[in-house]
Amino acid sequence: MSALFFFLIVFLTFPVFVVPKGYKYLYSLLVLGCGVLLTSFWSYKVFSGTGGTLTVTCRIPFPDTVPQFVIDRLSAFFIVVINITVLVGLLYSKGYLKKYYTTKNSLRFSIHYFSYLWLYLSMLMVVMIRSGLSFLIAWEIMALSSFLLVIFDAEDTSVMKTGISYLIQMHAGMFFLLIAFLITAKETGEMSFDSLALYFSGHSNIFLFLLFFIGFGIKAGFIPLHTWLPQAHPAAPSHVSGVMSGVMIKMGIYGILRVLMSVQHDLTAIGLIILAVSVLSGIMGVMMAIVQHDLKRLLAYHSIENIGIIGIGTGLGTIGIGTGNNVMSLLGFGGALLHVLNHSLFKSLLFFNAGSVYNATHTRNTEQLGGLMKKMPYTSVLFLIGSLAICGLPPFNGFVSEFLIYSGMFKSLTSSGLYQSIVILGSLVALSLIGGLAIFCFTKAFGIAFLGEARSEKASRAEEVESSMIWPQFITVSLIVVIGLASPLFVNPVLKIISAAFNLPDTGLLTASFIDNLTGISIASGFFVLLVTLLLIYRSFHLSSKIVGCGPTWGCGYTAPSPGLQYTSTSYAYNFNHLAKPVLQTKKIMDEIGEEEIFPRQRSFRFESEDVYKKYLIDKPVDLISGLLKRIAVMQTGRIQDYILYAFVFMLVVLILTWFNII
Amino acid sequence: MTGFFLILISALVFPGIIIRTKSIASGRKGPGVFQPVKDVLVLLGKGSVFSDTTGLIFRVAPVISLSAIFTAILVIPFGNMKGMISFEGDFIFFTYMLALGKFFSIISALDTGSSFEGMGANREAFFSMLAEPAFFILMATLAMFTGYTSFSDIFRGFFIAGNHYVLVYSLIGLYLLVQIAIIENSRVPVDDPKTHLELTMIHEVMILDNSGFDKALIHVAGWLRFAVYGALIFNITVPAGWNVFLQAGLFLFVMAVFAVIVGLIESFRARNKMNKNPKFILALSAIALIAFLVVLIVTDKFIL
Repeated sequence: MSALFFFLIVFLTFPVFVVPKGYKYLYSLLVLGCGVLLTSFWSYKVFSGTGGTLTVTCRIPFPDTVPQFVIDRLSAFFIVVINITVLVGLLYSKGYLKKYYTTKNSLRFSIHYFSYLWLYLSMLMVVMIRSGLSFLIAWEIMALSSFLLVIFDAEDTSVMKTGISYLIQMHAGMFFLLIAFLITAKETGEMSFDSLALYFSGHSNIFLFLLFFIGFGIKAGFIPLHTWLPQAHPAAPSHVSGVMSGVMIKMGIYGILRVLMSVQHDLTAIGLIILAVSVLSGIMGVMMAIVQHDLKRLLAYHSIENIGIIGIGTGLGTIGIGTGNNVMSLLGFGGALLHVLNHSLFKSLLFFNAGSVYNATHTRNTEQLGGLMKKMPYTSVLFLIGSLAICGLPPFNGFVSEFLIYSGMFKSLTSSGLYQSIVILGSLVALSLIGGLAIFCFTKAFGIAFLGEARSEKASRAEEVESSMIWPQFITVSLIVVIGLASPLFVNPVLKIISAAFNLPDTGLLTASFIDNLTGISIASGFFVLLVTLLLIYRSFHLSSKIVGCGPTWGCGYTAPSPGLQYTSTSYAYNFNHLAKPVLQTKKIMDEIGEEEIFPRQRSFRFESEDVYKKYLIDKPVDLISGLLKRIAVMQTGRIQDYILYAFVFMLVVLILTWFNII
Repeated sequence: MTGFFLILISALVFPGIIIRTKSIASGRKGPGVFQPVKDVLVLLGKGSVFSDTTGLIFRVAPVISLSAIFTAILVIPFGNMKGMISFEGDFIFFTYMLALGKFFSIISALDTGSSFEGMGANREAFFSMLAEPAFFILMATLAMFTGYTSFSDIFRGFFIAGNHYVLVYSLIGLYLLVQIAIIENSRVPVDDPKTHLELTMIHEVMILDNSGFDKALIHVAGWLRFAVYGALIFNITVPAGWNVFLQAGLFLFVMAVFAVIVGLIESFRARNKMNKNPKFILALSAIALIAFLVVLIVTDKFIL
């Protein structure tokens, strides 16, 4: 199959600028649909074929000698992940962008849809291209198009500022990738993922891997490289945040996996590095999520947590290869890869529904929400399913991938040495803690935002969003449920991808025995669903014969309750805050009551937490540098005489230095 | 199957034994062992009152919590007999299933919009989050000790002849499981179900608004949660190979002793100060870690 079709689609993105405003969405959907069909066909061919690799040669102006798309099973898997979420995101955008129709002109919409399509195409190219320079170009297009998507609301100066900061940080990551590729090119004469194995076989592995890891890690959002993530996600429109968080950050994971496939030595050390960073990301990500009040920022921090879980799987898998522990590699990598798919589903679902909430209430602050369950039932139930899935609770998909990683740990505990046991136990504790913290966080997010009474007028006037923002999400939800209930169907191919990608020997038997365990889970989950259904039916039958009354919530004798008395996001996180204070550096912001103030006036109180990493890694150094540069700016007087003096001094210095043979 | 029914039977009298122990210890006449069952039957006969604030979640949560515990019981083995569903890593499923039930009871409390119930929900979420690692470390320790990764295999591998360390592990496991059961069921010293003030409650304050059928389900779920942990305690204290009838008898005996212990703790120990609870719960993880270290030594991975 020639790549001509692909470039036809690339070409088809340009007319979006001339299509009338009302039809831009439909046109983009058409183009995207073509892309989805074509790439799905390619990945189908890869999965159904025996060889495992599909090479699509293309004649395009990419500056490499042999430009071609190489799709192996790993790429095909990522293509599937990209296709699902990007398609649902576009369908969702129809309703979400409606309110901007009156305020934004046609060009803005063109740019938005154009960038959306290009984000999609660039992500496809990232997973399909092997040669370095073309890969970097695709990587750059991905950064630029997502930047344009983030700044859709650029009238808001904070959005613009966030966008710029995002763009800069993406380029910092790009810089690391470029260096890494240049080093391989210098040593092997070829700048490509394929030449990495050659480089790694002859040189030290850790250094180059670290360069790649930092480059890809910035995209993926590993702590402490995550600082762009909690800012860019809330600033972007929700369908974009869903796609960015669900899919785009996974390109970083793809890159790391792709590089890991070539690494030859020091795998244990590399695995330990990945594991340490991931455990940090997982725990810190969810801890910082708990203290957020902004719904989308909370979700953004959860992306960091989930990247941490994916990283824990990857790290264990790498250690498994390093120590020859097949079970651990298979289940670790398998869990990580499945979690990539799972996270792309439930995180995009959560972001879409957070967007629907924003659309209906015009606020993302959970302190002002509440009682949405009754006003927006569909959105609420969808958000609830997303929450359950992200907490890793059965019978949803998040549990399956976490179960894979857990099983990898437990199974290798029995057969491993001292240090390995300690490492595994450490990550086990981390993973279980992350699970508990996630439940804490999502009971808060869902309970405060959707249940109880509305805490503000904005929330009390909320209405359910239009159906075009709801039905696309059923695609995602059905996948979430199906993966949760029929996990063997999905885990089997994932484990096959892993054993092929990392050349794991004798995995057939292992996979088969593991699939049996998953069948057990499916049966038990099925039993659970059946039991819930039967009990609910019996309950309604039982209640039909009894007197059912209504009344106010029990208020302990207090007869004038108001929504303001409810538990808030801050109070829910209070005891956790107390425990985590040393790490999170939370601050109480309030005005103290003065001594002579007999009748206290109205005052406010709030909790704020700072991202410690952002403070010390980004803000402080930037302040330092800009302070230094400001001091140098004293020389910039604007008077021509001064500048002539500078030139004269400079020449004098050069003269003197040459006189003494110093330069 | 036998185990499943034994758990159900023992769950019926479990809370009654606790109450009986407490009344004897405090010198009261007290209600009979079957009083809680009678209470639930009364609740089932009653109608319900729902708060206007509550919605769907409040109505389905008790059903989901109860179903989750029922499903979790399926993987619990009994002596030599496997659980009705048994697979490698079933204890992960077990823990997460219980967590699912907990998730729903928490959001159901938040659904009422009451600040008391919000407080209870928050504490429940917070304390069970802290307790989660302890159970996982315990299971990891047992898995490493026996070399298996499913409940039934671990418990069978536990009592293989010639293993002299079994006593140590039975004791540590016993201690940890009793404590975890107490935390998960919100009993003294973490929480006092008989406290009179909403501000100091955890579990009881979450269900203030439930009535009738739903409240009955919540009570049954509470009994079952106790019985499940009782079954785990039975499995690590009684060797798997013994005669089935003897085991069934011992099972009921272990359950009764467990209930008496809970009752005695409740009679003679004060409840923790609320802000001391995190330390108390995290201490369990520390004990579990010590157990892990000991396993590293006895399995010759760590040579002193």
